[in-house]
Amino acid sequence: MKGFSKLAWGALAVLGAFCLGTIALRRGEQINALWIVVAAVSIYLVAYRYYSLFIATKVMGLDPTRATPAVIHNDGLDFVPTNKHVLFGHHFAAIAGAGPLVGPVLAAQMGYLPGLLWLVSGVVLAGAVQDFMVLFISSRRDGRSLGDLVRAEMGRIPGIIALFGAFLIMIIILAVLAMIVVKALAESPWGMFTVMATLPIAMFMGVYMRYLRPGKIGEISVIGIVLLLLSIWLGGKVGAHPTWGPAFTFTGVQITWMLVGYGFVAAVMPVWLILAPRDYLSTFLKIGTIIALAIGILVVMPDMKMPALTEFASTGMGPVWKGGLFPFLFITIACGAVSGFHALISSGTTPKLLASESHTRYIGYGGMLMESFVAIMALVAASVIEPGVYFAMNSPAALVGGDVHSVATAVSSWGFTITPGELEAVAADIGEHTILARAGGAPTLAVGIAQILHQVLPGQNTMAFWYHFAILFEALFILTAVDAGTRAGRFMLQDLLGTFAPSLRRTESWTANVVATAGCVALWGYFLYQGVQDPLGGINTLWPLFGIANQMLAGIALMLCTVVLFKMKRDRYAWVTILPAAWLLVCTTYAGFIKIFDANPAIGFLSQAAKYRTGLSTGTVIAPAKSLDQMQQIMINSYVNTGLTALFLFVVLSILVYALSAIRKARANPQRSDQETPYVAVDPALAAAL
Amino acid sequence: MGTGLVPAGQYQAHRRVWWRLVQTARLCCGVPDYDNYVRHVLEKHPDREPMDYKTFFRERQNARFGGSNGFRCC
Repeated sequence: MKGFSKLAWGALAVLGAFCLGTIALRRGEQINALWIVVAAVSIYLVAYRYYSLFIATKVMGLDPTRATPAVIHNDGLDFVPTNKHVLFGHHFAAIAGAGPLVGPVLAAQMGYLPGLLWLVSGVVLAGAVQDFMVLFISSRRDGRSLGDLVRAEMGRIPGIIALFGAFLIMIIILAVLAMIVVKALAESPWGMFTVMATLPIAMFMGVYMRYLRPGKIGEISVIGIVLLLLSIWLGGKVGAHPTWGPAFTFTGVQITWMLVGYGFVAAVMPVWLILAPRDYLSTFLKIGTIIALAIGILVVMPDMKMPALTEFASTGMGPVWKGGLFPFLFITIACGAVSGFHALISSGTTPKLLASESHTRYIGYGGMLMESFVAIMALVAASVIEPGVYFAMNSPAALVGGDVHSVATAVSSWGFTITPGELEAVAADIGEHTILARAGGAPTLAVGIAQILHQVLPGQNTMAFWYHFAILFEALFILTAVDAGTRAGRFMLQDLLGTFAPSLRRTESWTANVVATAGCVALWGYFLYQGVQDPLGGINTLWPLFGIANQMLAGIALMLCTVVLFKMKRDRYAWVTILPAAWLLVCTTYAGFIKIFDANPAIGFLSQAAKYRTGLSTGTVIAPAKSLDQMQQIMINSYVNTGLTALFLFVVLSILVYALSAIRKARANPQRSDQETPYVAVDPALAAAL
Repeated sequence: MGTGLVPAGQYQAHRRVWWRLVQTARLCCGVPDYDNYVRHVLEKHPDREPMDYKTFFRERQNARFGGSNGFRCC
């Protein structure tokens, strides 16, 4: 029997290798998306069966007899031993968000192959290892948070630095997410109407759950989703209406101000009114859409129209974002391969709900594999649309022009043949006036999802409905992230500032709250505004910053894991975390230095600032800026971005120094020196009941 | 935990799967199993009165979004 199972696993490995080989060898012809899905899934399964088992037994030494925090502190509320499949769902819903959907779409400008290879190898060797390891470390320390863990294992100062790093990342994440919403909703009355309609729907749900039928999540979520679908249908009518259509048409800058105002108001409102109900909607919609997309891809079996590799993979001068494959591919696809943010989730609620330590493998490693699978589907969705349409949607107007004719000419000149008529036809199909200059990933993904879903569920004019459904679903969870993030950022800011001015730490004080919320909103609002104003599209600048920040946090988490392994005297297995940590450090620092110092003004912040500074001193307007004021703005932004990148580099390098010194101390010490909570044996009767 | 007298139907596979799905959906919204909470309080803290579902639900909602947690992204 054992031999048979080894044989089956071997066959699965061969299948994965065969699919990858097919993808690699069939150049110049379109291949079916199923090859990619099957290759990815077989590699995930083999990695889960062997590599995660190796980590569980050899590297960590998981001990099912050891009581978890949920068992020890069981209170039925925060600490609850939970069925492992239920917890898997919870953990997955918490880690999967906009990141794995957007990154692969942006990376598709290099073709699908680089993204595919990094997603699969990155998750197996880095991302899933990080999630698994942090979950394990946190669960052996009463489910404490990443900042606390760094403080306990490495010292107080690195703890503060890590907290500061996490705060910076939060700001950039909020700015970039809000930016995606702005790009998707600008000049789109249909999208704008449906997103605005979510506010009264959420409030109705909030009041219903609070007062009418308290806590009935299920029924009100069903009502909410039906109302949402109705609002998409109504949005189509509104968008086409001669007076209401223009009334819901806003420019990017107007939407930016609305979002900033909304972020501030929503963050000081009671949570049950808007935040909680919309969170329920976005969670259920997210899971539902992911499942629908998976089924859609399996049923439709679309061909990948994007080439495996485009010329931008080698030149590094693609229109969506600038920079060579190394290191920028590994920055652009952050979530899906490895995401530092998961370290915050794996040291948040999940470790407090673990019923047994042996479940960490399934939930930590397995959960991240699942997220990578979502990223693969996003990559597929971006690659099944015509490459010409992809580039027309994602290239900034400063590069390709602002009307269908110039865009079609420019994109066709890159070898992705498309006619103005085809671009107009796609816009008409999805019920929009234009699809040009909609960088940011969400609209492209929405077109891909719409193409797949409308083939599964045929009907007249359903493409437009599914496009706006996909936009709404992304906008929903991004807006939820914006107000939950503003709240969380406010607490982080109060915590950080409290180190210097203790009165600001009082979370029940209204003044402290308003000051911290305003500070937080102003920070992300600034980056959002700068990005929306940027004639080069904004995503160009903000997404690499976000990627660097997120991968940097992953680097910090993996360095923490390495320190803990050395302290546990598992030196000979420390390569499991050293390898990915070193890779992330190389990618982030190298990318950071390129972003600051590169001589090409399209890539390096300093050379961009210098270019506009010389322009300003001679009084000549340099395109894409249209006035000296705009040039001044671009110059200041470049300096701010330089400063921010330098801060990221400082954070990651100082943590590296602290990590190295902690490792040296641990190696000099013949005893184990990690800060694990003492062993408590689990009651065998209790263990059997779970 | 499966020792009490309950109808045999409770243990039918489809019911169990459905119940797990409901539990998962609720936990995704930060609301753990209420029955489990009540059982826990009755067993371990007989001196305490368990919260009713309404209070329990509100308490959980605040715990999820009120503090510095609740931010989920990618």
